[in-house]
Amino acid sequence: MRLTREKLHWLYETMYRIRRFEETMLEQTFRGNAMGVTHPSDGQEAVPTGICAHLTEKDWIGSTHRGHGHCIAKGLDTKAMMAEIMGRYTGQCKGKGGSMHIADFSKGMLGANAIVGASVPLAVGAALTAKYRGLENESVGVAFFGDGATSQGVVHESMNLAAIWKLPVIFACENNQYAEATPAWYAVSTDDIAARADSYGIPGVQVDGMNVFAVYEAAEEAIRRARAGEGPTLLELKTYRYHGHFHADDPKKYRKSDEEEEYLERDCIQHFERLVSQQNAMTEAELEAIRDSIEQEMQEAVDFALNSPMPPIEELYSDVYVNYSNPLVGLR
Amino acid sequence: MTTAEATEPTSVLTDSGVFVPGPGYDVPGTVERYRDSFNRTLRDELNRDADVFIMGEDISGGFDRDTLEPLDAWGGPFAATKGLVQDFGPDRIRDAPISEAGFVGAAVGAALTGLRPVVDLMYFDFVTVAYDQLLSNAAKSRYMFGGQTKVPLTLFARSGGGTGHAAQHSESFYSMLAHIPGLKVVVPSDPYTVRGLLAAAIRDDDPVFLVNDKKLINEVGFAPDESYELPLGKGRYLKHGDDVTLIGMSYTSVVCKQAADALAEEGIDAEVVDMLCLSPFDEEIIVESVKKTNRVVIVDEDTPRASMASEFAAIIADKAFDYLDAPVKRVTGPHTPVPYNKGLETAFMPQPDDVVNTVKTMLGV
Repeated sequence: MRLTREKLHWLYETMYRIRRFEETMLEQTFRGNAMGVTHPSDGQEAVPTGICAHLTEKDWIGSTHRGHGHCIAKGLDTKAMMAEIMGRYTGQCKGKGGSMHIADFSKGMLGANAIVGASVPLAVGAALTAKYRGLENESVGVAFFGDGATSQGVVHESMNLAAIWKLPVIFACENNQYAEATPAWYAVSTDDIAARADSYGIPGVQVDGMNVFAVYEAAEEAIRRARAGEGPTLLELKTYRYHGHFHADDPKKYRKSDEEEEYLERDCIQHFERLVSQQNAMTEAELEAIRDSIEQEMQEAVDFALNSPMPPIEELYSDVYVNYSNPLVGLR
Repeated sequence: MTTAEATEPTSVLTDSGVFVPGPGYDVPGTVERYRDSFNRTLRDELNRDADVFIMGEDISGGFDRDTLEPLDAWGGPFAATKGLVQDFGPDRIRDAPISEAGFVGAAVGAALTGLRPVVDLMYFDFVTVAYDQLLSNAAKSRYMFGGQTKVPLTLFARSGGGTGHAAQHSESFYSMLAHIPGLKVVVPSDPYTVRGLLAAAIRDDDPVFLVNDKKLINEVGFAPDESYELPLGKGRYLKHGDDVTLIGMSYTSVVCKQAADALAEEGIDAEVVDMLCLSPFDEEIIVESVKKTNRVVIVDEDTPRASMASEFAAIIADKAFDYLDAPVKRVTGPHTPVPYNKGLETAFMPQPDDVVNTVKTMLGV
């Protein structure tokens, strides 16, 4: 595998941006500045980064309740994301969606989705639009979902539809091994989720989701297939979330510390740093410059969000319909 | 013909707003079955806009094993889409597996990315199989994403009892859809209204669910040849009267009209309001009529609890209470599933006699 210097730079910058966004967002959540629950994805950065590295704004992704990483990898603005989490009017969704519903249709981001598995058919629908218009080569759909979602019927329905209609879809299963507190070994009937692709007649590949280069390589082939009109692929990306299910969840109540330590040792960012250093692909000064710039970006995102106005009360009533001749504004 | 002209079928409605079927139209039209009007309108919209496509189970129905060509063996449940696949091809008349959550979700995704899907959900009961996609994705995307997107999706399905389809194929739970902010619900009652409301639904930028009562599908009536839209959210008078208001929706508008005709023979002058849309719905026409007649009977085939009938009764209590000379009455299905046996099924559904008797009791005659 050969990567351009720019791509290498982008992979590191994106993973580090996700990591620091999650840490910063959590800190703000604990300070009481977020207005609701947040689901951090730190630990899983290699997955959205390695996949979205191949996408443009014309490609579509569907995301999950743990969606900040997908948003960032798809190019969303961290200021507008932080403001959304703080419920501000300048947020990505005017403060009406929150952490679990960040979307940016101008960037090909169909939205984080808080119903487990529910965004998977949306990505299939986006791929259907591409195929309908004969634009598979420039617009594919990527459905991000977790191991928990593999127990949802609609996920299987979506795979069947994409397979029979040969749609340009990548089913990206982020297997972080826990659905809330329930381990995949208990809730999923196989330890090889990728093998389920066989039952839909599509390729299924298990990938080390802690290694951004492995993700990049697997995604490259899946997306090539999709763009070439060869249909969907299921990628199972084995990964780990460092924090609990949501900000206030203590995962030590249901995970063993040796398991956590094992994954911390395989951290995707440290792995990247070791590898590029060994191969002299990037200097420590370059990496540090990226980190410094991200630190500054995070500070700016927090300042921007904290200094942004709250949405006016009228926003309660707007955006329900495009047009509605008889709006109900509440019976009081 | 432009859309602006099409949206004003003034020659079909009389000056008083009463729709009177029969001679006297000055627009060219056809007397045809409800299903023919429906099919013809789908064809109009497929011709008008290349982004419109239809998806559902058996909407063409069957493929030739050798040529892989669609057979149009079914042409959709109740032949709603018959003949369309020959002219528009299997990409635009897209036969789907029995996978309602999957293909409704895919339709939402297609709508979010620029197409205008029309989904045939076959029986209205199957709404529940796809309910999460309707509620959580179709109806909420615009709001929870701060207005940055729209979902121009149309769905339709067949409701109601009367055909021996029993408990799981006879639902009329309109209120389960009307309850959802972000979704629109329309209930045409004849060929003229299904033609105008289906066109309006497909052209509307919000998700719209159009419910076809099975008892209407073979009913015959007049429908203009040219394409036109009826406004979403407006009801109409089927008959003016002074003594009592009968409010119907979908097939119960026909029931109300039959009841009004029977009451007329006994010298009782009932007014009939056909709601046509349940979300948004026409509060003004309800309040206007009740203020005039001072009495109201709401007729709904749905079960009564948390129903549209209850909602209309609440609006009347709120906005026309001082004008009421009698308690608001609801004639609905009982709080039971729809039974199979013909006698039981008939007893489940509101009949004209039930409406007549309710009115006579109310008037003390």
